[in-house]
Amino acid sequence: MTLFMQALRFSSSRLPFICRRSRTYSTEAGAIERVISAFRSVSGDEGVSVGSAVREQHGRDESAHRCRPPDVVVFPRSVEEVSALAKICHHHQLPIIPFGTGTGLEGGVGALQGGVCFSLRKMDQVLDLHQEDFDVTVEPGVTHRGLNSYLRDTGLWFPVDPGADASLCGMAATSASGTNAVRYGTMRGNVLNLEVVLADGTVLHTAGKGRRPRKTSAGYNLTSLFVGSEGTLGIITKATLRLFGIPESMVSAVCSFPSVQSAVDSTVQILQAGVPIARIEFLDDVMINACNHFNKLSYAVTPTLFLEFHGSSKNMEEQVSITEEITRDNGGSEFAWAEDEETRGRLWKARHDAGYAALALRPGCKAYSTDVCVPISRLPQIIVETKEDLIRNNITGHVGDGNFHCLIVLDPNDPDEVARVHSFTERLVRRALAMDGTCTGEHGIGLGKRALLREEVGPLAISVMQGIKATLDPKNLMNPGKVL
Amino acid sequence: MSGRVLVGVKRVIDYAVKIRVKPDRTGVVTDGVKHSMNPFCEIAVEEAVKLKEKKLVKEVVAVSCGPQQVQETIRTALAMGADRGIHVEVSGKDYETLGPLQVSKIFAALAKKEQADLIILGKQAIDDDCNQTGQMTAALLDWPQGTFASEVSFEADKLKVVREIDGGLETIKINLPAVVTADLRLNTPRYATLPNIMKAKKKKIANVKPADLGVDVCSRLEVLKVDEPPQRQAGVKVETVEDLVGKLKEAGRV
Repeated sequence: MTLFMQALRFSSSRLPFICRRSRTYSTEAGAIERVISAFRSVSGDEGVSVGSAVREQHGRDESAHRCRPPDVVVFPRSVEEVSALAKICHHHQLPIIPFGTGTGLEGGVGALQGGVCFSLRKMDQVLDLHQEDFDVTVEPGVTHRGLNSYLRDTGLWFPVDPGADASLCGMAATSASGTNAVRYGTMRGNVLNLEVVLADGTVLHTAGKGRRPRKTSAGYNLTSLFVGSEGTLGIITKATLRLFGIPESMVSAVCSFPSVQSAVDSTVQILQAGVPIARIEFLDDVMINACNHFNKLSYAVTPTLFLEFHGSSKNMEEQVSITEEITRDNGGSEFAWAEDEETRGRLWKARHDAGYAALALRPGCKAYSTDVCVPISRLPQIIVETKEDLIRNNITGHVGDGNFHCLIVLDPNDPDEVARVHSFTERLVRRALAMDGTCTGEHGIGLGKRALLREEVGPLAISVMQGIKATLDPKNLMNPGKVL
Repeated sequence: MSGRVLVGVKRVIDYAVKIRVKPDRTGVVTDGVKHSMNPFCEIAVEEAVKLKEKKLVKEVVAVSCGPQQVQETIRTALAMGADRGIHVEVSGKDYETLGPLQVSKIFAALAKKEQADLIILGKQAIDDDCNQTGQMTAALLDWPQGTFASEVSFEADKLKVVREIDGGLETIKINLPAVVTADLRLNTPRYATLPNIMKAKKKKIANVKPADLGVDVCSRLEVLKVDEPPQRQAGVKVETVEDLVGKLKEAGRV
């Protein structure tokens, strides 16, 4: 609470046009009672909940931030209901917090000032698939694994895959990325159009209603504005996504290295060699040890690269042999291979379970994950320096795009440990910023990195962002207390 | 031995769809609802294609019974690696009442006509959950059966099948020709890739009528009504253990 109040004072003293009426609305109990019957008339009795279990469920995500439950959770079934509910909130000055799957990692769904959580899971249709055009439109309740399952007969897939089975619209809101980003890009490049409900209930189509050209140069890029806005500019109710063909062949390999430097050097060289690698993941020795224990594997406990190649069977051989040559030159071990679906799944499960594996090392603790991203050439330096700075934690990450995560297992009830982790994170981010990087590669700013955002983009850019926020949400109702 | 494998693929409502009962309670809503290949049939196709890749069988033939739309399902099987398809045309009322008995008669007739050595089917369909077609087909042909298979391999001239049963795993050796039904853990089906979908368009699908196979698709069963499962009642909170026991007695549970 103290941290938040400090940040609020900090930002509001600099920028007078930010609405100062951002007090706790929820203490006005009467306000909530009055609107609940209005909500019920829009979404039905089952579409509104004030139960404490439901509210708590919607006040937390998968980060270590503590639960901040909203005052009420609504479950709209259509964009018309979202708009009607938003109008009610706007009239009564109630904060609006959009909620997809609650799998975020930066505390983005916490209702810091109470208010209304819009849980969008009932809007779960895949609409408008255009196979020949490689695009599809989805509602917020559709997750990326759900979409790929829907698409499985078509030969198409949506490759952006953050670790969790997240809502695609939520992924758009946080500009999510995944292990495949080095080849297929992040949400930024793969969202063609969005339908967004603004704080006053206006329904906006960022690229024009129903439009889905593969590229355009028409007007200001509103789609990109909302991608990564983390619910602070509007509620995303539809996303039109770019699909890709499922590659004919996918081959995964694991290679261990004598040192962090050699592993990361290999990464840089693989990319410079122009290998269209689909995934390069780096796990340090502590992480590998955790994965070994958790998944009963027996990888060598040294820095390791998990690699994946996509392509036709013919160009697979070429990609693999170039890569093997590079890793061998850097002292890497023999490749451990996997080609069929099952074995590849097992290989990658180790990486995807990294979070849980780390938690299993210290039962009863929480996992705190922080991620930064730097230009690839600086990756070896930052990882080595960060390793030296580490106390007792783990590094894993998608090194292919310069992105790496530090997974720290901490006891949230030990204030000393929490403080040490907090200062470690700040040092890490400052190190990344000093190397022309960013304070978050894919997790977003959420609750914890707002001051770091200011350091990264500078006060001028922040005031431009504040201006845009004030234009789209003058009452500051959309997910207050996040990002800015 | 022809080295030919017949694989049955059934077009069903996609597993992710929320099923709704028709207002007249004669069945479920199928119009405009996403359909796809039965998941156990996908596993059956994958197993057949794997056997072909290991050069243990020579040809994989995908078979489906139903109206025009089942051709999409056959095409998916072709994209996964089947060599050709057979579409047994059944439509209208006959299709609505099509069940395991008629389908197994069709498969038995096709097995003889195509001189198949092996029939691989999914263990059951996710719409009717019958789990009968494989067993009936084996009986009609008087062939051995390896059902609920979680592992299939050739040993000399016999088929070794590891079956998932209540008590654990049972391993049997059966003579060929035989019928195998695929269980969940047999394999992980591959995705149909775009290049393979394109290639599949060139593969042949033959059209056959049940009458051509000497099969009568008239059903001996009549569906009387279809209902949703009973709605789950809300729970009740009680204050004391006495209240709990009292409520349990009221409900006749104690």
